[in-house]
Amino acid sequence: MTGPARSFREATARRRLEGVLDPGSFREILGPAHRLTSPHLAALDLPVSFDDGAVVGSGLLGGRPVLAAAQEGGFMGGGVGEVHGAKLAGLLGLAERQPWAGVLLLLDSGGVRLQEANAGLLAVSEVMRAVLSARAASVPVVALVGGGWGCFGGMGIVARCCDAIAMSEEGRLGVTGPDVLETTKGVEELDASDRAAVWRTYGGKHRYLLGEADRLIEDDLSAFREAAMELLSARRDLGLEELEREHRHLGRRLEEFGGCADARDVWRAAGVEDPDRLPGLEPADFRAAVRAARRGDR
Amino acid sequence: MTAAELLAALFPSGHSVREEGGLLFGTGPAAGGEVAVVGTSGGLEVGVESALALSAFVLEVARRHPGRPLLSLLDSRGQRMSRRDEILGLAGYLAHLSRAVEVTRRRGHRVIAVVYGEASSGSALALGFLADEVHAVAGARISVMNLPAMARVTKIPLDRLEEASRGSPVLAPGLESYVRLGGVESIWQPPFSKALAEALARPPGPDRRSERGQERGGRLLALSVRERVREGEP
Repeated sequence: MTGPARSFREATARRRLEGVLDPGSFREILGPAHRLTSPHLAALDLPVSFDDGAVVGSGLLGGRPVLAAAQEGGFMGGGVGEVHGAKLAGLLGLAERQPWAGVLLLLDSGGVRLQEANAGLLAVSEVMRAVLSARAASVPVVALVGGGWGCFGGMGIVARCCDAIAMSEEGRLGVTGPDVLETTKGVEELDASDRAAVWRTYGGKHRYLLGEADRLIEDDLSAFREAAMELLSARRDLGLEELEREHRHLGRRLEEFGGCADARDVWRAAGVEDPDRLPGLEPADFRAAVRAARRGDR
Repeated sequence: MTAAELLAALFPSGHSVREEGGLLFGTGPAAGGEVAVVGTSGGLEVGVESALALSAFVLEVARRHPGRPLLSLLDSRGQRMSRRDEILGLAGYLAHLSRAVEVTRRRGHRVIAVVYGEASSGSALALGFLADEVHAVAGARISVMNLPAMARVTKIPLDRLEEASRGSPVLAPGLESYVRLGGVESIWQPPFSKALAEALARPPGPDRRSERGQERGGRLLALSVRERVREGEP
């Protein structure tokens, strides 16, 4: 790799798209000039954004035409509202209309935007269906997770509905996020301010070891770009046989790790030597250390 | 309404659906033959084990009973919220259930969902909202979060949220909101067996929820934004 690392996590949604796609190739669809803002936020006297926190468009990846969407964590924590969700679902609909090489979803979201909760939940559901519909039309959909808000709530399920997920170590993926878990179940369940515990529960390393993420990469735009290129070529069949295989895999996971109360217990049960050293390893060393133990190789 | 009451109303001549630990599995007779029934009861919060058990049943229907309709009955407060479920990868289990329902539909099974209790968040997304048609019975409750909890998380004063939610289907928890937004096709009136037969008789089609939301005045932007992006409008 040449040049200094450019952090994916620290970049805005548009910078992420520029850094992942071929330079200068991104063409935004229904961009901020249209000023499509959320009427529901305005009704609550809250600030709006001209893109409603979702940047969608087309571009090239290694010379191949792709569609790409990026959630802007800096606006409402990437929360999915009516307009935001409709942009994502629309892009996935466009994917079925031309022979695109795939769709990249740069996810950075706490899930449903509570200020428009009901419309947000339906929008997430429509995005889920649109992901699965694009996949059924043989268009690969790849999720990139490495933003500051992670990928939570319904968007965590959306990510796992994709063909593949690339995550950085700092990326986090789950359904019930740390704050909601602490608020609803108490600090004994999870202390959301305990960064090490949050990381062990939701972080990229644990997700990769478990097989919930397909690639564990550095927090670097070029690394995400390379992973996206690789994963677009690894389309996974969305058929009954594949689901039955996945079913056995998820069943074995419960048998092996169902008794674990902490991710460290999972790592130990998976046969990782000296699991306490995992948090300190660089991604490449980590991948080597868990190669034998990793459950997700498919 | 309890699961037993709903099942008795759906299948007046009897059924073989068993209720076990908050999960529903079985079959019931309908006009065109047997219908597979899967679901939750008692507000079950769906965790990794129950998501896997529901998926197993759905995949079995797809494998062993080609074309048999799938009726999904939902009373669930959402996903189970625990550190253990998150450590084990609940997102993956709920996505697996979602894919199982979707693939079953694509293999030619009609999929109908009925919300008869609560429906919320993760379990609604994975089990209910992927159906060809989502219906509900009177008294069912659908929400993301109640308003007091929403006030805490969003830091918007409760009275402000209550005021804003009046007449706003986007914000007000409840069944009527979801009907207006297009997420629920209809509220079934008795006899439910007839409503089920009619739903099963309709042909499958694409996701029309944003069209419904537009027609009913609940979501005025979802359809047009989606269409404009699908057209690639610069």
